[in-house]
Amino acid sequence: MLSINHNRCDLCGECIKACPFGALTIKDERVEISAACRMCRICLKKCPNKALLAADGIRKTADKSNWKGVLVFAEHMEGRIHPVTLELIGKANELGAKIDHPVYCIFIGHGITEKARELLNYGVDKIFVYDHEEFACFREDLYSNAFEDCIKKSKPSIVLVGATAVGRSLAPRLSTRFRTGLTADCTVLDVKENSDLIQIRPAFGGNIMAQIVTESSRPQFATVRYKVMEKARFIDNFSEKLTASEISEKIEICRLPGSKMKSKIEILKVMPKEKEVSISDAEIIVAGGRGFKDKKDLEMLEEMASLLGGQTAVTRPLVEAGWAPYTKQIGLSGRTVRPRLIITCGISGAVQFTACMNTSECIIAINNDKNAPIFQAAHYGFIGDLYEILPLLCDEIRKREIRNAV
Amino acid sequence: MNILVCIKQVPGTNKVEVDEETGVLKRDGVSSKMNPYDLYAIETALRIREKTGGTITAVTMGPSQAQDVIKEAYMMGVDEGYIFSDRRFAGADVLATSYTLSMGIRAIGEFDLILCGKQTTDGDTGQVGPALAEYLEIPHVIWVKGIEEVDENSITVEQDMADCTAIVRLSYPCLITVDKDIAQPRLPSYKKKLKTRNRPVKIMSFDDFADKNEDNYGLSGSATKVERIFPPDSNDDHIMFEGTGEKLSREIYDILVKNKIV
Ligand SMILES: Cc1cc2nc3c(=O)[nH]c(=O)nc-3n(C[C@H](O)[C@H](O)[C@H](O)COP(=O)(O)OP(=O)(O)OC[C@H]3O[C@@H](n4cnc5c(N)ncnc54)[C@H](O)[C@@H]3O)c2cc1C
Ligand SMILES: Nc1ncnc2c1ncn2[C@@H]1O[C@H](COP(=O)(O)O)[C@@H](O)[C@H]1O
Repeated sequence: MLSINHNRCDLCGECIKACPFGALTIKDERVEISAACRMCRICLKKCPNKALLAADGIRKTADKSNWKGVLVFAEHMEGRIHPVTLELIGKANELGAKIDHPVYCIFIGHGITEKARELLNYGVDKIFVYDHEEFACFREDLYSNAFEDCIKKSKPSIVLVGATAVGRSLAPRLSTRFRTGLTADCTVLDVKENSDLIQIRPAFGGNIMAQIVTESSRPQFATVRYKVMEKARFIDNFSEKLTASEISEKIEICRLPGSKMKSKIEILKVMPKEKEVSISDAEIIVAGGRGFKDKKDLEMLEEMASLLGGQTAVTRPLVEAGWAPYTKQIGLSGRTVRPRLIITCGISGAVQFTACMNTSECIIAINNDKNAPIFQAAHYGFIGDLYEILPLLCDEIRKREIRNAV
Repeated sequence: MNILVCIKQVPGTNKVEVDEETGVLKRDGVSSKMNPYDLYAIETALRIREKTGGTITAVTMGPSQAQDVIKEAYMMGVDEGYIFSDRRFAGADVLATSYTLSMGIRAIGEFDLILCGKQTTDGDTGQVGPALAEYLEIPHVIWVKGIEEVDENSITVEQDMADCTAIVRLSYPCLITVDKDIAQPRLPSYKKKLKTRNRPVKIMSFDDFADKNEDNYGLSGSATKVERIFPPDSNDDHIMFEGTGEKLSREIYDILVKNKIV
């Protein structure tokens, strides 16, 4: 908690000016701290008299040497492994190598035991398989019980979960069960020598990045979105060459006691959704933002995308205005994309947007404000009016098509 | 039926920038509003009450001005409201936020159904709901996009699962987080505003909670710690172009050709 040494305070007001949350006020010639304080500590740095003090809590510290390994939650859709799983394994391999920890997977489902072997080809040291008909559909309570069991068995230092519908439901449940930290939607992950996970994500709802650590408790939970990390390398024929005893060492079949297999959740029906091509899988994206004045102007975006054989996408304000469906939203509260090419048109480049597209291979930005932050993320920046550039560019491409046709 | 809704006050704008020189956060204005996703949670609660009867309680944790969201909830038709406010709650992460909410809720009473928004527009994690369910030891379902049926013992919901939709039945007590578009939230009504003008927002602080260990709340009770904040990375090799629309479109075209896009 933040406190003030009133003897040192000369009421200069620097801390009040610095506080981004308006938590400090002067009342009766004393600086007061309200419940709006978020402990960002910015005031501490600003106070010329060192009158402010931040006392960290005394949390009991876990014995870090008891927790070893990087555990990945292997998500699948009826046995088909979700690509985010392979990306998490890629990251886990890298983190594990750095601190000499093994990489584990937990695989929950029905009729999946055979499929588990496939994961061994990506460099996983050990897989915990929970295969039971009760696990056929995702039910938060049963899956949590299995996950808990696995963590108690394997005692991992780090647990990585995909930020999918299932992952977002499970990760907070488990991190709370173990009374430990969870950082959502990390965009960068690294690890310190002492096994503390360095988690970086946009934060405070602003144009800033935060580096977050879970320094006193274990395991450390992080969720990561699809398309953020590099996929693990596939080792050809690795699992085929293993002997039966090696396999049984690497794949542990686990069971839960009957009491842990009782669910309060009943799945009455599962209906497949119409499969749409997700912007996450697009190779080419033409994205529009608030630089568009009217919904119908987005036709320019559509045309550009179809000429390039790509897809359209938008920023959050356009989704909020009802100009485009949520599935088209790029960003922290939308989707992460990593195309070969993205052209952003009339997009300012807020961190919640750029954090989820800045690993694209080629970024072209069109914006009429030369100071727009998007130009910091772009490889090629064009200072100009999208209403002029887009139609001309479409013409140019169409002309080429005609040339190619003759 | 006893229904509880968790709502949060969030900044009205998200224009926060880091001053490159001083490293200080700049936030334009201090306007704030109810987390838009929580409006859907309130609307869902109101529609359920129309069917089953009962009362709706709204709770929020935050600074004292966060009371405004409870007032707003009253104007939509919520019966009772509490704010959990205390300096000792400041700096809370998911773990400490959900713990504080769980302690407050336990101090108020027993609830059949708890509703949360899908996520907030400032924290934006969508984690508080499931974490709260874990503390209260009740099952949960996230991303509910429709209510199929409610009766005395259970609720049947439609859950959005990215590649499929599931119809799920939960018996009470349980928690759900509701997605946008589940039902259009009603606007606060002037009539209700007049009627609820004097309805108090009950304030609860640390002293009202059963757990009197300060270390479990706020920053002390948080497991995650922000080590540093910094402006986002920029791409080092960027080339800028300026000029007329013709010139610029030609140059983009050339880049597309060079990269074998067209
Ligand atoms: C927790 C949180 C999560 C968020 N998640 C997301 C998210 O997932 N996705 C997302 O996109 N945002 C998200 N945001 C919002 C984000 O902060 C920005 O508000 C948003 O990205 C801005 O969208 P924009 O660039 O379209 O609009 P603006 O910021 O209004 O930018 C419009 C740009 O268009 C330019 N322009 C105007 N006219 C023209 C013209 N004729 N030609 C060329 N350029 C023109 C302007 O110079 C300006 O730079 C989130 C915010 C928070 C707090
Ligand atoms: N401080 C708070 N007070 C009350 N409810 C909250 C608070 N923070 C989060 N919630 C609830 O949890 C949901 C998800 O929040 P978050 O995990 O921050 O995205 C919100 O939509 C609210 O329903």
